[in-house]
Amino acid sequence: MAGFLLRRLGQSIALLIIVSMIGFGILHLTPGGPLSQYALTPGMTQETMDRIAEQMGLNRPLPIQYLDWAWRLLQGDWGVSYRDQQPVLSVIGRHMFATFLLMASSTVIAIAVGTWIGIKGATHRYSLFDYTATVGAMVALSIPTFWFGLVGIYIFSLELGWLPAGNMYTIGDGSVLDYLHHLILPSLVLALVNIAIWSRYMRTATLDVINQDFVKTARAKGVSERRILMKHVVGNALLPMITLAGMQLPNLLSGALITETVFTWPGMGRLFLDSLGYNDYPVVMGLLMFSAILVLLGNLIADLVAAAIDPRIRLA
Amino acid sequence: MQVTPRSESEIQVEETILSVRNLTVDLPRGMERKHAVKDVSFDLPRGKILCVIGESGSGKSVTANTVMGLLPPAITVSAGQIIFRGEDLLKASKQDLRKLRGRVVSMIFQDPLSALNPLMTVGDQVIEVMASHDEGTPASRAARAVELLDEVGLPEPQEMMHQYPFRLSGGQRQRVMIAMALALEPDILIADEPTTALDVTTQAQILDLIRDIQVRKGMSVMFITHDFGVVSEIADEVIVMEKGLIVEQASAEQVFSAPKHPYTKRLIAAVPGLKEDDSDAHKSLPAAELDDIVLSVEGLNKTYRSGGGWFSKERTVAAVQNASFVLRRGKTLGVVGESGSGKTSLGRLVIKLMESDSGKMLYRGTDIAPLKESEFRPLRPKIQMIFQDPFASLNPRSTIGHILTVGPIAQGMKREVARSKALSILEQVGLDGGTFGRYPHEFSGGQRQRIGIARALMFDPDVLVADEAVSALDVSIQAQILELLQDIQEQTHVALFFITHDLRVASQVCDEILVMHKGRIVEAGPPSQIFHAPQNAYTRQLVSAIPGAERTPQAT
Repeated sequence: MAGFLLRRLGQSIALLIIVSMIGFGILHLTPGGPLSQYALTPGMTQETMDRIAEQMGLNRPLPIQYLDWAWRLLQGDWGVSYRDQQPVLSVIGRHMFATFLLMASSTVIAIAVGTWIGIKGATHRYSLFDYTATVGAMVALSIPTFWFGLVGIYIFSLELGWLPAGNMYTIGDGSVLDYLHHLILPSLVLALVNIAIWSRYMRTATLDVINQDFVKTARAKGVSERRILMKHVVGNALLPMITLAGMQLPNLLSGALITETVFTWPGMGRLFLDSLGYNDYPVVMGLLMFSAILVLLGNLIADLVAAAIDPRIRLA
Repeated sequence: MQVTPRSESEIQVEETILSVRNLTVDLPRGMERKHAVKDVSFDLPRGKILCVIGESGSGKSVTANTVMGLLPPAITVSAGQIIFRGEDLLKASKQDLRKLRGRVVSMIFQDPLSALNPLMTVGDQVIEVMASHDEGTPASRAARAVELLDEVGLPEPQEMMHQYPFRLSGGQRQRVMIAMALALEPDILIADEPTTALDVTTQAQILDLIRDIQVRKGMSVMFITHDFGVVSEIADEVIVMEKGLIVEQASAEQVFSAPKHPYTKRLIAAVPGLKEDDSDAHKSLPAAELDDIVLSVEGLNKTYRSGGGWFSKERTVAAVQNASFVLRRGKTLGVVGESGSGKTSLGRLVIKLMESDSGKMLYRGTDIAPLKESEFRPLRPKIQMIFQDPFASLNPRSTIGHILTVGPIAQGMKREVARSKALSILEQVGLDGGTFGRYPHEFSGGQRQRIGIARALMFDPDVLVADEAVSALDVSIQAQILELLQDIQEQTHVALFFITHDLRVASQVCDEILVMHKGRIVEAGPPSQIFHAPQNAYTRQLVSAIPGAERTPQAT
C-alpha cells in the first residue's frame, strides 16, 4: 500500500509539472499579454511600457520566467494578482467556497438520482421507465449546459418567479435558507449532465452484476429480493463507479465554469474567465494548478476508496 | 423401477420427496427448438441421489432451475406440476418459494469462482442463509457457521469465517457453497455440475463430501452432470436427458449394465476408458521413422516473477522446472496434471509464445530456445497450436477462409494456393467447402474445434500443441475430435503434444504421458505404466481420483 501511494504520488508530481509547463507556455503564447491593458492608457510611452515590463519581469526569456514562477510556487508563493495586487492564494481562497458548495450539492444530486435511475433501468430493463431514462440521458448529454441554464432561468425565474436568476445570496440576507434558495437552480443544471452519465454507467454496471452467479446463489439461499439488490447487486455495481466518480471531477470543474458564468455565481469558474479577460496570468496559472491538484487528488482518493471497499485490492 | 414415466401411486408418494409431472418449459422464440424441456416426469426418491445426465442443451439445468424457481424471466413454464409435500411448487407465490429456498431445497452451482460474492466474507455469506430465514440469533448463527465450515472440511474454520472468497481455492469455495446449502438442513440438495470446474483430485474429494453428507443427513440429492464417470461414483438413480426429453430412467446399476436407449449407449461408449495396453495404432510405420525425434527438450525452466518494485517483495513461482522430454514423429506425448501444475506453461514454452529462462529445445537439431522472435519466425509454421476454447479462439469478424489463409499468406504462400489448400484441409477435417465463406458464429463448438485444427494444419506442421483441445466439448463430440486428431496424425505423421487434465482422454490418445506436479515432471511413461503401475505417489493419487475408473467400459 505504501509503495502504491508513493508511486501514485510520483506520477502525480510528474503530471503536475507537465500540466504547468503546457499551461504556462500556451498562456504566454496568446496575443496581448498583461501589458496590453496599459497600452491604451492615455500618455503611455514605449519607454514607460518597457519599464513596467522590466519591473514585472516580463522581458526575460519564457523558460526563465517559468522557472522563476515554479520556484516561487514551490516555496508557497503563488504570485500576486496583476489586477488588484492581492496574493493569488487568497484570491482563489475567496472564490473556493462558492465553487465547492455548487460542486458538492450537484454531485450529491447526480449520484443519488443517477444511481437510482441506473439501478431501476437495469432491474426493469426494456420497460417504459428504462426507455424514457435512456432517451432522457441522450437529450441531457447532447444539449450544452448553458442552454439548460438559460432555459431554467427563463422558466423558473422570469416566468414563474420561484427561484433567483443568479448570485449566491441576496445582499443583506445571507441566511442558510437564502443560500439554499439560490443554490437549487445552478446545482440542478450542473447535475443534469452528470445524472445522465452516471445513470448510464450505473445501468451497465448493475446489468453486469445482476447476471452473475453469486446473485443466483443469493436467490438460491432464499435471500429476499430487496436484500439481494441492496447488498449483493448494488455493492458490487458501485465498485467501478468509484473510479468513475474520480474521473468525472474534471467534467464537474469545467461544467462549473459554465454554470457559474450563466448564474453569476462568485466561484472559481467565473474568477478564471474574468482573470483571462484581464490577462491576469498569476491568477489563471494559480487556478490551473489548483484544479490540476484537485483532479489528481480526486483520482487518488477514488483509488483509495475502491481499495478500502474491495478486499481483492485491499488484501492482495 | 421402470423406464417409462410411472403413474402416481400411494406407495411411491411415500418414497418420493419431490415429483415432477409432465413439465414443459418454453424457450424464447427464435431458439433452435421450442421447448427447453418437454413433458418431463420423474420422482426424486427420498434419501437417495438422483443423477440427471445429458450433454449441453439437453435441458438438465433448466429442469433443476425450474424446481428451484430460479428460471430467467425469458424462459417460462407452460405446463406441468412439481409436487412437494402435496403442493404444486409451480403454483406457489414468490414469497412462499423464497421461504422454501435455502430451508427446504438448497442448490450448489458449477463455478465456485463466481458463485460467491467477492465483497463479503465467507462467514457472512454462510450466516446470511440463516438470517434470511430468521433462524437463531446473531451469536448462534455465527457459532453454527463455524460448525458448518468445520463440517465441510475447511481448515481452521474460525479463521475461515473472516476470509474473502478470492483467497480460497476452487475446491474450498465449493465447500463453502456446500456449507451454505447445508445451513438449514434442507430435505433436498440440487447440485448443478458441482465438480465440473474442479481438478480431478478435488472433484473426488467433493464427491466424497456430498456422498458422506447425503448419507449422514438422509438428504435427497438431485445431481446434474454430463460426466458418466461421476454418475458411476455417486448415483443411486439415473435420468438421461436428450434435447429436452427424458430418454432413459433407471437405477444406476441398470444404466451401466444394460442401457436401453441408443443415446445412453452412445454416451457411455463415448466415455474414454482407461486402456490396458499401449497404443498400437502406428505399427504400420517403419521402425526407423518411428524413432524420428522432432523436438527434444532438455532441462527447460521457467519462473514467473511479479512485484519486485521499490517496496514490494518480489514473488516468484516456478512454473516449469527442469523439464526434459522428446517429441517423436507420428507420436502423441500427453501432459497431465492439476491446474497450476505448469502443463499449460510448458505448452506455451514449446510453441515459444513465452521465453524460457534456461534449457535447450532442439528442433531437428537446432536449438530454438535462445532464438529471438524474428529468428524463430520462419520456423513458427512448423510448430502449431490448437486452443481450448473454440468460441474465443476464432475471430468472430473474420470468415473461416480468412482465418485459415491469413497465416500462410503472411508466411509467403500465394493467395490462390492458400485458398485451394484451405478447401482440401476443410474436407480433411470433415467440413464442406461452403464453410470457407462463413463466419465462426454459424458453427457449433465441435465444428469450431475442427476449424481450429484446420487452421493449424494449413502450415503442414511437424508439431501440434493441443492445450485442453477437447475439454470444452461434450463427450460425444469429444470422441469425434479425438478420432479426427488420430486420423490426421496417421496421414501426416505430425507429433502431438497433448495437454489435458482429463486422464481418461490422455489414456486414449497418448503414446507416452508426462505427469506434472508443481512445475516438475514427476513421472513419464506409457499409459499402461501411468494408469496401471504408477511409480510415483502423486501419480497414484491422481489416478485413483478418476471418477468411475472401475466402472466405465474398457474401450479398445
